[in-house]
Amino acid sequence: MTTTHLAHNQVQLALHQLRAGTGRPLLLLHGLGERAPTTPPDHVAGWPGPVHALDFTGHGDSTVPRCGGYTAELLMADVDIALAHLGEATILGRGLGGYIAILIAGARPELVRGVVVDDGPGLHGGPSGPTEAVVLMPDDTRGDGPPDPYAIVELATDTRTADYAVTFVRHAAERSGLDQPITVVARIRPDWLAGVVDHLGGKPTTVEDALARYAAG
Amino acid sequence: MDGDVDDEVRQVRAAVPLARRPDRQRWVHAGAARLSVWEWGDADAPPLLVAHGGFDFAGTLDVFAPMLAAGGWRVVSWDQRGHGDSDHAPIYSWSSDVRDSLAVFDSIGTDPLPVVGHSKGGNLMLELAEAQPYRFRTMVNLDGIPTGANAPDVSERDRTKLLSGELAAWLDHRRRLAGHRRRPDTLDGLAKRRAVMNPRLSIDWLRYLVTVGGRRDADGWRWKTDPALRLGGFGPRRPEWGLRNLAGIGVPFLGVLGTEPDPMGWGTREGDVGGLLPRHGEVVQLDGVGHFVHIEKPREVADLVLEFVAR
Repeated sequence: MTTTHLAHNQVQLALHQLRAGTGRPLLLLHGLGERAPTTPPDHVAGWPGPVHALDFTGHGDSTVPRCGGYTAELLMADVDIALAHLGEATILGRGLGGYIAILIAGARPELVRGVVVDDGPGLHGGPSGPTEAVVLMPDDTRGDGPPDPYAIVELATDTRTADYAVTFVRHAAERSGLDQPITVVARIRPDWLAGVVDHLGGKPTTVEDALARYAAG
Repeated sequence: MDGDVDDEVRQVRAAVPLARRPDRQRWVHAGAARLSVWEWGDADAPPLLVAHGGFDFAGTLDVFAPMLAAGGWRVVSWDQRGHGDSDHAPIYSWSSDVRDSLAVFDSIGTDPLPVVGHSKGGNLMLELAEAQPYRFRTMVNLDGIPTGANAPDVSERDRTKLLSGELAAWLDHRRRLAGHRRRPDTLDGLAKRRAVMNPRLSIDWLRYLVTVGGRRDADGWRWKTDPALRLGGFGPRRPEWGLRNLAGIGVPFLGVLGTEPDPMGWGTREGDVGGLLPRHGEVVQLDGVGHFVHIEKPREVADLVLEFVAR
């Protein structure tokens, strides 16, 4: 594994190359509280190109700010910094990483050549509408290492609505040129993701099959 | 706290004779972020907290706060993260601003406080008053009540195109941030640039603000505000959700609205909030005044606040 550090404002993002190769890269996005794997997972073994994995802000080998300020949109920009380095990529996201993958697919449809959304930590997120106001304080007792406790608090409780997520899906569908720019293989479907699946339609599939389709496209 | 000022700054500040720099500055830590807290008035007077609006800083209260202090209050405010002299944080969010404000509350004590918030600061306080009502004795909101202002004549598809442009522009902005510094300018240049956002405020006042919220480097003046911060934005939350916090406020509430169109204004009118006013709430609408009610009419608004908190 080799690691490149990319600057996103004051944050140094760790982008790991798990497997070298030629052709379009596959970019792996981890779940909330996780970090990038050190070797390619078995279910991406069939991907023909290089495999990379990003540590989000506050996770893994990326900077841990420890002051709060996490949003899904910030993590979307983390991925965009990685895409500025990698160029066109296909993205496989776990949990929170799956939600972020949908956002970046809609925001940079010219760079994202297919997204696969898998189960994982942080898939659910917070409420889907206005709710009781509450100020959550992070568990600051684990020392300085990752993951950032503020990330856990803020990204487990962020608002996620189906219409917001579907807006990004619609961007991806209209501007990526792909027939099916987003594939949901996650079995757990919170309201926002159920809305995405309703919008997408399509048949159930697996990570392997979805990646094979994007590799061929 | 006029500090180490030279003739240029002294001359600019003299053009706003009612302005007075705070009497004290101190630091508060919110996680790893260091916040600059400012105070006007007798240190032993009862505290009154003021939250500034987005892209402002505590120094924008240099006329208003001394008027409140002269009414017998220890006026406490702070530069929100990324603003004024507070740290440029690596990341920003609404919830981090709410949490930062708690650190400032905690630095004052545990008794409930009279609180004044302008614009974003008012909206932050609306949310906090629902989450932690025990921190509030009274609340004054200066043109910071959010409503669902939108563009109903824009079709959904057009809105989709509009949003895609916003998304790309925002991501491009994020790509440029590493190592980015604001463009240097003259003191007058910075004041004129701010006039685009604050066209109703006098150029003397805007020049004054440069001497407080700006920094003079070897190559010119720059605003201290973190260039990572950007007007506008997008996300799943809808601004009008903040309005839902209004109805349940249990302490005396005063809303002060400006009616004149203003680039930074929220467009909220008395009729938008009347149905959701809390039981002990009232709204005063100031005609002929824009978004910065406390800057355009400091004496009038300070008197409203002083009379309200004295009840």
